[in-house]
Amino acid sequence: MPKQIILAAHFPGVNNTTVWSDPASGSHIDFASFVHLARTAERGRFDFFFLAEGLRLREQRGRIHDLDVVGRPDTLTVLAALAAVTTHLGLAGTLNTTFREPYELARQLATLDHLSAGRAAWNVVTTSDAFTGENFRRGGYLDRSLRYQRAAEFVRVARRLWESWPADAIVGDRADGRYVREADPGVFAHHGDQFDIAGHFTVPRSPQLHPVILQAGDSPEGREFAASSADAIFSRHGTLAEGREFYRDVKARLARYGRTPDELKIIPGATFVLGDTDAEAQERAHHIRRQQVSPQTAILLLEQLWNRDLSGYDPDGPLPVEDPDVDAATISRGRAGMYPDPVGTARRWRALAREKGLGIRDLVIEVTGRQSFVGTPQRVAEQMDHFVQSDAADGFILVPHLTPGGLDEFVDRVVPLLQERGVFRTEYTGTTLREHLGLRAARPVTRVGAA
Amino acid sequence: MPEPTLHLAVALDGLGWHPAAWRLSHADPAAPLFPRWWAALVGQAEQAALDLVTIEDSLDLQSSLPDGPDGRVDQLRGRLDALLVAARIAPLTRHIGLVPTTSVTHTEPFHVSTAVATLDHVSGGRAGWRPRISARRAEAGHFGRRELPPPDPTRLAEPERARLVGDLFAEAADAVEVVRRLWDSWQDDAEIRDAPTGRFVDRDRLHYTDFTGRWFSVKGPSIVPRPPQGQPVVAVLAHATVPYTFAARHADVVFVTPTDAAHAETVVAEVRAVEETIGRGGPPLRILADLQVLLDDTPAAARRRRDRLDELHGTAHTCDAATFTGSPAQLADLLAGWRRAGVDGFRLRPAVLPDDLTTITRAVVPALRDRGLFRAGYPGGTLRDLLGLPRPANRYAVAGPR
Repeated sequence: MPKQIILAAHFPGVNNTTVWSDPASGSHIDFASFVHLARTAERGRFDFFFLAEGLRLREQRGRIHDLDVVGRPDTLTVLAALAAVTTHLGLAGTLNTTFREPYELARQLATLDHLSAGRAAWNVVTTSDAFTGENFRRGGYLDRSLRYQRAAEFVRVARRLWESWPADAIVGDRADGRYVREADPGVFAHHGDQFDIAGHFTVPRSPQLHPVILQAGDSPEGREFAASSADAIFSRHGTLAEGREFYRDVKARLARYGRTPDELKIIPGATFVLGDTDAEAQERAHHIRRQQVSPQTAILLLEQLWNRDLSGYDPDGPLPVEDPDVDAATISRGRAGMYPDPVGTARRWRALAREKGLGIRDLVIEVTGRQSFVGTPQRVAEQMDHFVQSDAADGFILVPHLTPGGLDEFVDRVVPLLQERGVFRTEYTGTTLREHLGLRAARPVTRVGAA
Repeated sequence: MPEPTLHLAVALDGLGWHPAAWRLSHADPAAPLFPRWWAALVGQAEQAALDLVTIEDSLDLQSSLPDGPDGRVDQLRGRLDALLVAARIAPLTRHIGLVPTTSVTHTEPFHVSTAVATLDHVSGGRAGWRPRISARRAEAGHFGRRELPPPDPTRLAEPERARLVGDLFAEAADAVEVVRRLWDSWQDDAEIRDAPTGRFVDRDRLHYTDFTGRWFSVKGPSIVPRPPQGQPVVAVLAHATVPYTFAARHADVVFVTPTDAAHAETVVAEVRAVEETIGRGGPPLRILADLQVLLDDTPAAARRRRDRLDELHGTAHTCDAATFTGSPAQLADLLAGWRRAGVDGFRLRPAVLPDDLTTITRAVVPALRDRGLFRAGYPGGTLRDLLGLPRPANRYAVAGPR
């Protein structure tokens, strides 16, 4: 049997990938939009639904960023509600460890796993972002070097809590008057650098024991953390060559932790545009790119690289001649840093603009956010399959550009072709997300009650 | 002038409020871990057109002791996160209010605010929230961020203890204030989708909460647009003057625990006096009296059930609220009497689930309707509408753009 593709549906997020100006763009807040996308994904037999998280509205030039979709509902609450309107679809959410405590989050995730009968997943992220911290007790500052230390310790504690109730803890013997086998279940203690806690967990063992853990960082520390602790990586590598290199690198790290390559799935984010012909798809792709990069957005995206106020520039005019300001505080806050080498990148952009005769907006359209798969359903199915069979990925987290109907066409036209190729399920064969992903059932890693 | 009909809520917890409830319930002993259990209970309450259900929660394991585990194996242990249970039930119901409990002592006000706002979005305006203070050492130990002294009700009057209680309430007050500011931090019309200027929101209609207090600072705005109700319903359980004051300042609904009709009158008078003292604006608190209820067809049968439960428990069970034991008609009469004493309604705590809830919905509610004390169905609208609470104006909108 050829390698099976993993597919996940990302609810459109708060960046310019999401087109809100299109007449078909619906609410990003109404629950009906979430229901539509989740049910579409389930109709397409997707592995899971994915929700990102926001903890502070983004700012640029010291003001709230207003050009992209702004605002979204709370991740865990939406996922719990979606458990009521889906039956098999995994429910994954990004949840930041910097602004949460393990006891509370472990409890929420174990609850979600119960409420969904084993479909919960957690994308573990950790930030050092003091800007976001202004919304939290902690105040936010976490030294960058401690990010993965905190994340790893957080996950260790969460797993200890999830394991704290033995599988057979609840007896419920009415005749004997015994509700629990042993008194005071859920006992735990953890004394570490980041957390020093002890007591009793309130949530009995959940169906998956460990909700599925995803990791999204790309740094060497992030890769190492994923190799040691995650079930899947949400990666960003767009080309086949980059994807294969990343895949090889990360899977090679697993042996060190006594894990086999199939215990960590690599699932890059991907976008797609379909058409009846390849030419039509290319045309649609270009139209969508123009919707994604409005004149105002073009200037803003340029500012993120230049780190200067470029509001006086003409979106159809030439790029700035001066170099990016690498010394000033970043003008864009509340999003992950995007350009490791701003000056070099700016020079490449200028050269490209000169060579092709592009103004700012057209250049930005050219160099940012190109769609991953563009073509007829046949071509997109072929390319995705090739990507997976070439070990550049184990599957994809698809990011539609429209809410809530952005996945409809993919499910109707591409999924059947993947199924015909024998690389994607036609029916769910399991009930838990671990089963969908082909992951082994989680086993306890700590002795119950161990200190 | 109170409305002619009363408000009716049911408090859901485990397999019922009596510690031996699970022994007599016919439900699966582990039922509270399954969504179908909650769906069935809330669905039943909705069929009877109750105003709302509350869902209990705590950040420590259940115990018969004031603090910490008790070593018992004969009582129900373990629970799920109440807010997520409420969210799981929201799409399965259409009218009934959903009021989960959340600690405000160890949690982040920002997360609590966005979670309750989202519950309001996913339920179409039926969210409420009961903030709860976590004063127990067992809970504090799960977070490792603060030390609390061992509980000792006999020493509450000592200055140090009084200061601690005062601090916990002051922190809770800050938390509710922040949660409410965040709910208002988006004006209702903030999303504009103005293609010509490329703007999705009008940022002049988004507001920093800029809260700075002793325990935390929260900059804002929220990440969640203003909830459908504007402000979801805040309900507080209160047994004494300090919590009455907390409720009068920060809540829409207060759950009180009178022992009889005369006491109910006293409690209502005290709550109204506190409202007066602090100069409460807006609608007065909806005062709902808590009652644990143990029902059966006849008073004698109800007493026998109670005796059986107490026998299984090993002692006569008492709790912070009064317990009613009797027939549905007797309960309807008692509620009518307390209603005349001035309470706006009741939060009934079924001793055994689903049994006592079933009796409430099938017998007590019809008996109240016969007495003209309870409406026949849902008039439609949000939980605020159901409780007769107007949708509040946005505190930031009246101040105009920044």
